[in-house]
Amino acid sequence: MDCKGLTVLVVDDFTTMRRIIRNILRDLGFGTVIDAEDGAAAVKILETQKVDLVISDWNMPTMNGLELLKWVRANAATRNLPFLMVTAESQKENIMEAVKAKVSNYVVKPFTAQSLAEKLQKLLFH
Amino acid sequence: MEVRMINPFLSAAVNVLTTMANITPQPGKPFLKTKDTAMGDVSAIIGITGEAQGSMALTFTESCILKLASSLMGEDYTELNDEVKDSVGELTNMICGDARRRLSETGIILQAGIPTIVAGKSHSITHIADGPRLAVPFQTKWGSFIIEIAFNKS
Repeated sequence: MDCKGLTVLVVDDFTTMRRIIRNILRDLGFGTVIDAEDGAAAVKILETQKVDLVISDWNMPTMNGLELLKWVRANAATRNLPFLMVTAESQKENIMEAVKAKVSNYVVKPFTAQSLAEKLQKLLFH
Repeated sequence: MEVRMINPFLSAAVNVLTTMANITPQPGKPFLKTKDTAMGDVSAIIGITGEAQGSMALTFTESCILKLASSLMGEDYTELNDEVKDSVGELTNMICGDARRRLSETGIILQAGIPTIVAGKSHSITHIADGPRLAVPFQTKWGSFIIEIAFNKS
């Protein structure tokens, strides 16, 4: 995967998950990884920095992942940003709601590094 | 408490740890827990609502969570710091989410909140549900942990 020049924003209220995803992205060769602890912090970053991909949890305080996704799709500058939801919310209704809000793809926790890599490959390079 | 409500949480615990940490926990004999005192060094509790109301808690011994957190995050943790405690919250989040997915496939729809983490020798876990509190111990190559589940009787 040629992703050295890409900037990824990882959004999750748990440091553990941000670290796990960061490690996977580093091993895959992604250039820059930025963290945010919830949707509101992610919006502040997106308003000032260029990001190539958002990887976000769903259940977070202040602003959850679905609300963040809707903000991204409603904002002209970020409307077409690839957005991967990585979440423990795995019931069909949740997935349908994310699809309706135009999520790019969905990863259910728990996940392996390989499964995340495959989704990223499909999302960014196909 | 019905077995069909409990087994998804036990299967979820095995699935999450096998997938994320490449270890397979072995469940021990369930028992009814009557006191709030946690049987370990760090816990997280998550509230559950929807077609059943209750909570799930996960408690780790220090030795177990140090190894587990180190494996998850690619670090070498030697003390129960904030990052290690955080991992208990995320594990609770994932196990509860996986259990809810399994229950939804049987027609039982549940929602969950965000876990609360608590640590320290003799810390307490308080389940608000009025039903019995079932505890299931697990053994791993790194030590032990316990899942507690309690739902309202109605």
